[in-house]
Parts: sequence; structure tokens; C-alpha cells
Amino acid sequence: MNSMNTDNDKEEDISSSETAELADQGYSAAGEVGMIKSRRTFRENVWRGLKSAPPTALFGLTVITIYAFFAIFAGFLAPYGEAEIFDLSYAPWDDQFMFGTDQLGRDVLSRLIYGARNTVGIAFVTTLFAFTIGGGLGITAAINNNGWLDNLLSRSVDVLMAIPSLIFALILLSMFGATTLNLIIIIAVLDSTRVFRIARAVSLNVVVMDYVEAARLRGEKLMWILWREILPNIMPPLVAEFGLRFCFVFLTIAALSFLGVGIQPPTADWGSMVRETAGLIQFAKYDLTAAMTPMLPAAAIALLTVAVNFVVDWFLHKSSGLKD
Amino acid sequence: MSDQNRGKKGDILLEMKDIVIDGYSDDRWHEIVKGVDVTLRRGEVMGLIGESGAGKSTLGLAAMGFARPGCRLTSGTIMFDGQDLMKTPEAKKRALRGSRIAYVAQSAAASFNPAHTLIDQTVESVIRHRIKSADEARKDARQLYADLQLPNPDHIGDRYPHQVSGGQLQRVMTAMAMSPRPDLIIFDEPTTALDVTTQVEVLASMRRIVEQFNTAAIYITHDLAVVAQMADVIKVLRYGVTIEDADTRSMLANPAKEYTRSLWSVRSIEKDEERSDDIILKVDGIDASYSGSEKVLDNVTIDVPRGHTVAIVGESGSGKSTAARAITGLLPPSKGQILYNGKPLPPALKDRSVDQLQNIQMIYQMADTAMNPRQTVRDIIGRPLEFYLKLRGRERDKRLMELIEMIELDESFIDRVPAEMSGGQKQRVCIARALAANPEVIICDEVTSALDQIVQKGILELLLRLQREFGLTYIFITHDIATVKAISDQIVVMLQGQVVEQGMKSEILSPPYPDYTHLLLSSVPEMDPDWLTGLLAKRKTEQAAG
Amino acid sequence: MHPIVRTILQRLGLGLVTLFVVSLILFSSIEFLPGDFGEAVLGQAALPETVAAFRKELGLDLPVHERYLDWLGGMLTGDMGNSFSGRGAGGGQDRSRAVIDLLAPRLANTLFLASMAAIISVPLALFLGITAALYRGSIYDRLVNACTLTTISFPEFFVAYILILIFSSFNQIFPSLANISPDATFWERVYLSALPAMTLTLVIVAHMMRMTRAAIISLMASPYIEMAELKGASKSEIILKHALPNAWAPIVTVIAFNLAYLVVGVVVVEVVFVYPGVGQLMVDAVRTRDVPVVQGCAMIFAATYILLNLFADVIAIITNPRLLHPR
Repeated sequence: MNSMNTDNDKEEDISSSETAELADQGYSAAGEVGMIKSRRTFRENVWRGLKSAPPTALFGLTVITIYAFFAIFAGFLAPYGEAEIFDLSYAPWDDQFMFGTDQLGRDVLSRLIYGARNTVGIAFVTTLFAFTIGGGLGITAAINNNGWLDNLLSRSVDVLMAIPSLIFALILLSMFGATTLNLIIIIAVLDSTRVFRIARAVSLNVVVMDYVEAARLRGEKLMWILWREILPNIMPPLVAEFGLRFCFVFLTIAALSFLGVGIQPPTADWGSMVRETAGLIQFAKYDLTAAMTPMLPAAAIALLTVAVNFVVDWFLHKSSGLKD
Repeated sequence: MSDQNRGKKGDILLEMKDIVIDGYSDDRWHEIVKGVDVTLRRGEVMGLIGESGAGKSTLGLAAMGFARPGCRLTSGTIMFDGQDLMKTPEAKKRALRGSRIAYVAQSAAASFNPAHTLIDQTVESVIRHRIKSADEARKDARQLYADLQLPNPDHIGDRYPHQVSGGQLQRVMTAMAMSPRPDLIIFDEPTTALDVTTQVEVLASMRRIVEQFNTAAIYITHDLAVVAQMADVIKVLRYGVTIEDADTRSMLANPAKEYTRSLWSVRSIEKDEERSDDIILKVDGIDASYSGSEKVLDNVTIDVPRGHTVAIVGESGSGKSTAARAITGLLPPSKGQILYNGKPLPPALKDRSVDQLQNIQMIYQMADTAMNPRQTVRDIIGRPLEFYLKLRGRERDKRLMELIEMIELDESFIDRVPAEMSGGQKQRVCIARALAANPEVIICDEVTSALDQIVQKGILELLLRLQREFGLTYIFITHDIATVKAISDQIVVMLQGQVVEQGMKSEILSPPYPDYTHLLLSSVPEMDPDWLTGLLAKRKTEQAAG
Repeated sequence: MHPIVRTILQRLGLGLVTLFVVSLILFSSIEFLPGDFGEAVLGQAALPETVAAFRKELGLDLPVHERYLDWLGGMLTGDMGNSFSGRGAGGGQDRSRAVIDLLAPRLANTLFLASMAAIISVPLALFLGITAALYRGSIYDRLVNACTLTTISFPEFFVAYILILIFSSFNQIFPSLANISPDATFWERVYLSALPAMTLTLVIVAHMMRMTRAAIISLMASPYIEMAELKGASKSEIILKHALPNAWAPIVTVIAFNLAYLVVGVVVVEVVFVYPGVGQLMVDAVRTRDVPVVQGCAMIFAATYILLNLFADVIAIITNPRLLHPR
């Protein structure tokens, strides 16, 4: 009877007469049948996941892969340097400049490719930073549930979150000046409040589990409990949250750059590219390609966010076990 | 429905044939109910009994032509009074629900709408189906409340669900089901969430009202003793198939199937008690409270003899689990002390030495939450071996195998994670984790109450064997008297944070009783269809005498 | 005291504390200005006496707490100080304007735009969200879901430029610049604000519809909804009688959250359409580090946001049956 549990796929389809027989058997601990999940390796899981993924998620994964490729190999793929200036400003689309040049005479295609590295890279670093701060504090607060530290952190976060984050970012940027480093720090700190909330909430669900209590009763140190008992169990929701936070951070930085207080020139960045060439939209009726110059970086931003959202949506759907 | 529509008693009311119901999980459809037949006559009460995963609730809802989200009625026929609910359009089924078929849910607290008063919800379906006028319906509801022995029947209906207790809410829900005078009521584990002393009253009033209006009912439960009080016939389900159909008396007297007998298997074990004065652990007059509020433990003193079992019995809120938390140091007592081998233990967990922690181990009620779902059995049992005994590598693995054999599992389990084991197997792994520390005392907090009867028996036998072999001391916290009989030497009865009584099992379980022990013991349903009738008669005479 | 009153008072108290903290942060922004900001504001040629007078005007010679009380008093009475810009104008003359004078007309414009977007988007989003939740899993639901997921992924300026391309560049239906003059009539304002309002509407509807859908779905999963179904209630009865009385709190929360979001969303949209509102003023002020103007704008945005959330919480409190009918 021991082999019974190892291959679930066979067991699920036994006919009712067999079940009847099985159902009236005596008891043995190892042979006890329950709602047993079949065991799969990590690779099988990934493969099964991909096979069952909806087209939107596959699309999202493909887009993310392409962006990552361009971001990593920007130096090889871009025809010109990101700040290289040619004599010709607002050059039309042709063989030399595939998407033309901007108001200063920089190649739009090259700046788009470098933008993948700069805009996405800065957003990614900011999100990582936000997760390190917010996640760390959130888990700590959960362990210290209702202690003074938890109360202090939670109340401060309540207050910070009561201020709209774009406005807060604008205030802080006006206080400290709009440099890229300031931008990363400010957005990361502001966004870490959201991460704090979710990290605290998911950790609280884990902290109250008996296995954490069992570890405490055993006499384990706090770090061990954090690292071995809590962290592995809050990873799936945090990964999904990372995707959502990344989108949010990415859009916030793009908006700030678009407003001219984000990533500063001459760094190639999609948000500022839109701002710098926005005026060309007026000429759409006469030269559609010219009007596309500001639309390309805007679309690049939109496409990546859509892709990440599609993937997160699928991930959440899968991990919540919700079946419509 | 008006009376002329009702058939005679004894006519077939509901006939379900070859019912197959699928459930969606793990990305595909699985059969939950695999071809079950049900025949129910007017005025008859059928007990539908089975353990978790037997498909009994799903089948019960199918009798209303209803499938929960994530389930589908795949095939079969459901003939209710001449119409096949499998083929009936939704609008017609709606006309039946809440008028001719009614439902009583397990969790009354969640099943009442928090935004409406109880009486509005009681009469809702009657008014919707135009069975009575609103005034008549309300008057009738108040009468039903009185019939169900609810306190203050004229006004309790004006309250909101969160304003009344769980036992009362369950009775209001019965009134709600009865209010349209349906032909059939489905009771879905209506007393499972209640304490035994409350359960008796609710059972009695439900049974009386079903008899009073001669309503047919399907009573779903996992507790055979409960269903024996309610049902005329019993159907035993397991894994979605019928194991046995019989009338209640003959099934209890002479079950045809091995499995049916196993449903009261815990009652077949009984440990012979032993007296001992060698006290290993003494809880000495402790008070405890959560964050300075009301006392949860009030001057509790418990003596635990070495190598024996003390069962702490009580209902929810009695403080029995809090006592365990105080012993382990999770909740330091505000007064009194805990003596281990005559020496006081530091009250707080963080002040205790590794040796002290090692000596007292704990096993939890829910094996599911007591094990990290991301760790394998090797990690779970191996960690205390490393932590306390400093065993590494081959030595550790050797001990690990010994422990796994001790709990009657085999090496195929060693790399499994909790999700790959059944409930009983998980609890065994938890026992092994406690054993791995080589403890002297193990606190068992309701370790069998989440398990099916047959599995409970296996776990209890394992614990008894381990006690014999290793001289372990158990502090066994439970609300179930059958479990207490099976495992304990001594019993402590707790009520509202105080110890009501402590003594040898034979003394506690035989008269004379203090009032509360008597109430508690007499409220435990027995495997006798006449038990409830007898108990009610007895209580009535006692009341008249007292 | 009735528990409702107590809970509401607690919530009001929290709101006040939050406003207080916001004011502290805003006030301290002037402290973080670099030491030579006086020259930066007044220009290189400013005389030392002018710089000193300027510092005195800002009260930098007074102790911090006195300055804070002074500043807070000013904020509460509408005196938000003077803008930095224009200070360095020729001849040491001070041509700066009072922040309140800059702000007031623009605030009216911003409120006009936000209300216009809200009036269209709130009913539309509630309708879409509720219907999508009720027909969960249908083609309609999936379509609305995919569309809104796409829209929330788009940066606001992208949505804005797409609308400009369609409605302004190719078909000259609406103007792409919303430069409203102070004496424009109501309908002129509506016409000029059409594209910015449309952009905001699209973005808000997407967010709000998704939140409404999620709120309704979690509500519909309650056991008491299943109970209503088993009592023979029809779909419309379940929604009107059983879901709706419990849905006020989540729905109002969604509305307030999105109105608050609207307040912030106007910043980008105003810049795209050169709409003379508070958002554009604030962005310009941030770029030139005109601190008094930033303070004024930020205070208005933050206060609106906090009040809207406060309002939602109060509604949630007074519709909660557990608080309404205490034990």
C-alpha cells in the first residue's frame, strides 16, 4: 500500500467499485490515504506552469525577456552612444537613424535601447531597495507583533501613507534636489511603506503558525526563525508584490522624469524622452513618423508594465488557487 | 406549501440515483461523489455520516439541486417529489429552495447576514415565496423561537446576529429553516462548532421541532453518536461512495462493515489507570492573563505524576490550553510557580535553559500548521536531533530512521513535505519531532480532535505504546471524554479558568459528581439511539426534584 | 458613549495627527535648503542687506518652534507667504507674488477638472465593476478585465498623447492645449477640458473598476450569500438585499481612494495639456525649488487626500452593523 501515495495521478481515477473496496479496508498508518498532493520537481513545476499559462502570461514573459536582453546588451545593440550628438536635430526616419533624431540631434533608437538599461534598471534597483527596507521592517514588526516597535513602525507608516506618494516625492525632490540618487532613495523609502504593510500582513499569518511557536519552544534564535521558518513561507506573495511594486515604481519614476524632476539629462530615459519631443505630436497629420518619436518611449514604458502585470496576474491567480 | 400538496408519511419524497459530483482542484476535475443513491421518505430523518473528504456535504447540497462554486453535478437523477432537479431550470429550483427544501449551515455566525435582524432573516423566504403574510410570518417565527426554547422568544428576533451566542444562533437558523414548513431540511453539521453542553440543548430542540412538524431531514455529521439521536436511517459514506445503509438501531447493534465499526473505534480503547505519587511536574497555584485583562487562569494547581497521563478536560474558554501555554513558558504566570522535579522553572520561555526546554515537548492540535510546509520530514525531525543532541550526518540519519519506524512509517516518507502526507501521518511526524528531543514530558494539545475516528485510534494507541516503552509523561488536553477514557490515568476538570476537580480517572468518571462535571459528562452523546430521550427525561425529573 | 461616536472621534483624531505630521514635514522643507539659497533666489547681484532682509522675512533668525507656529497660523488663515520667484528682479525690487494669489484661481481650475472626471468615471466604474463581478468569468468580464489591466499599465501621459493623436492631431475635435483663460464661460471650459478629463476618466475607471470588482467578489463569497441562495433568493434579491447593505463600506472606500488618486493624477495630466491648475504650478515650483509655493500646493493636495480617506472611513464606520448595533 505504500506505493499508493507516490503516484497520485493513477490513484485519482480509480473506479467507484475499487474505491468501495479500498474504503472498507482496515487501518495502517503508512497506507493512510488522504488528500495528497503529488510530488514534482522544480523543473517539472516550471514546465507544467508554462504549458498551462494563458497566452497573456506567455506574452508577458516574452516581452520581459526581450527587455532584459536589450538592457543587458545595450552597449552592443545600440548603433550610437546614448549622449552622442549629431548635427541634425529632428532628423526624419531613414537608414542612418532608424527612428530619427531628437531635438539635440541624438539618435532616438540608441536612446531607446539605453533607456531600457537606465529607466528599467533604476526602477528595478529602487524596487529592490524598497523591498529590503520595507520587507525587513515588515517582518520584524510582525515578529514583534503589538510590541512597541511594531506600533511605532505601523503608526509611522500609516501617517506616511496618508500623503499621496507622488506629491510626497515632489516635496522631497524640491527639498533635496532632483538627482538620480535622490530619486532612487526617495521613491524607495516612500514605496517601502507599501511593502512594509504587505510584508507585515503576510508575515503575521505565518508568525501565528504553530510551527513558529514550536521553533520558539525549541529555543531557536530569532534569526534562525526568521530565515528558516518565516521567509520561505512568505516568498510567493512577496514575489507577486514585487512585480506590482515594480510597475508602480517604474510608472512613478517615468512620471517624475516626464515632469522634468526625475532622471536628469543626458542620461537616456524614456520619461524625459517623451517630454523633450512631445511637441512633435502636433505634426501627426503631416508626418506620422515624427509624431511617433515621443510615442515610442511612452509605448516602451506601457508595454513593459502591461507585460509585468499580465505575469503577476497569472501568478496571483495560480497561487491563490482561485478558479473562476 | 399548503397542506393538500403534502403527501402521506411514508411516501418517497426524495430519490437520488447514481449521483456523480465533480470538484475542481489542482487544474482538473476530480470525482468527489462517485455514484451514490439516496432514498428518503416523508417524515424520515436520514443521517449522512462520514469523515472529512467523504463528500457528505456536497451530496447534501445536491439534494437541493445546488453545487458550490468549483463543483458540478455531473450525472444522475435527483427526483424531489416528482421533479428531477438535475433537469429543472434555475428559476424553478429557486422556488423550491427556502419553501419546500431548507438548509441549516454549520457556521451560523457566518451564515447570517450581519446587516439584518434575525427575525427579518427568519421570515425572508416565507415572505418571498408568499407562503404567509409578513405579520403572520413574524408571529409564527416568534412561536418557533419559543418552540426551540430560545430565551425571550418575543424579542430575540429584533437582535442582530453578532448580538447572540453561537448555540442560540444555531437554533434561530433552525427556526429560519422551519418557518416555511418545508418538506425537507438539510442539516449540515449544525452542532459541530458547539461545546458539548450546548450541543445537547440544540440537538434536543432540533429533534423536537422536526418531529412536531413531521419534516423529513438529512442530518450530516461526522459523529455517529450525535446522528444516532436524530436519525431513523443512517448512510455511511467514504471517499464519495456508500459503505453501508441501514436503520439506526440495527446499524449500531450490528454494523455490517468493518469501516462502520471503526467510526466509534476510539471508544474501544481504555487504559488501565495507575496510581503514582512521584510528581515530575507541579503547577502550583498559578494565575495568568493575556495583557493584563481578565484572569484566564485562576489559582490553578495540577500535579503531574512521572510516567503517567494527566488529562485536562474542559470546554472552550475553560483555560485548558492556557494552562499548557503557562507550563511551556509562552505565557508567564502572574502568580504561583511551576515546579519541575521539585525545582521551580523560570516563568518565561526566554529564561529557560536548553535542557529545561528539551525536557518538555509539545504536540499541537493541527499538524498542518505545526509543521513548516516548506520543510521535509528529514528537516522537521532532524532539527531537534541537531539542536538538542548535536547529532550530525550519519548518526543523525540513523536516529531519524529509528524515529520514523517508531511512528510506524517507513523511509519513503523521509523526503516528503507535509502536503504529501495525510492528516494522521502528519500528526505522527509531529510526535516523532517531540520524541526526537528525548523529553520526559510531552504536552498534547487536542492532538486527535482534528482527525477522523479511525486515525485517532491509531494515534492514541501509538502514544500509549510510546509511554509504555519510554516511560513518557503526558499532559493531555482535550474536550473529548472518549479520548480521556482511552488515554488518561488522572483527570483535571476545568471551568472558566479554575480547576473544578482533580483525581484518578475512576473517581472522576463515577458519582458523586460536582455539578459541572455531571453536566459535562452527561452531555457527551452515547452510541445509543435512546440516550438523548433518556437524558432529557432524567434532567426533567432532576429539575422537578431540585 | 456610543461605540460609533467613539470610533469616529478616534478616526478624526488620527486624521488630525496626520495633518499635523504633514505640516511638520512641509515646514521642515525650508530647513533643508542649502545655506546659499538666499543668493540663489535673489540672484548673484543681491546685496548682503537684501539677503539678510530676506532671511528675516522667512524668520530664519527666530527659534524653530516660534517659526513653526507662525507658519502654521499663516497656513490656516490663508497666508502662505510669498513666492521666491521674481525676488531677484532688477534693482533689488521685490516683484514676488503671494502664494495664495497664485494658488486660488488655479485651485478652482483643478477642482473643475477633477469634478468633471469624477462625475463621468464614478458611475461608469461602479457599473462596470459590479457587472463584471456578477458575470465573473464571462467573456464580458475577461474583456473588461484585460482592457482595464492594460489601461492601468499605461503611464498617464501615454494615454493623454494617444487621445491627442486621435482627437486633436488627426481629427481636430478637441484642442490639445487646455489654456483656460480666467474669463472663459462654463461651456468653453468644458470644451477645453475635454481631453484632460477624458484621460483622467480612463485611468480612474480602470483602477476603480478593478477594485470594485474585487470588493464585490470577496463579498459574494461570504457564507451568508450562499445561505441566501439556498433560501431561494434570486440574483437581484441577493445583490440588493444581502450584498448591498454590506457593500457600502468597501464601495465608498474604493470611491474615496480613487477620488484621492484623481487629485494626484491631475499633476501629470495638467502638465501634458498645459492646463493652468495647481499640479502644474507645483511641478514648476519643484523645478525652481520655490519652496513656499511647493508648501502651499502640497498642503492642498495632502489635505484633500487625507479628508477624502477620512470621509470613506467614517462612512465605513457608520454602516458597520456591529458598531451600529453594539451588544
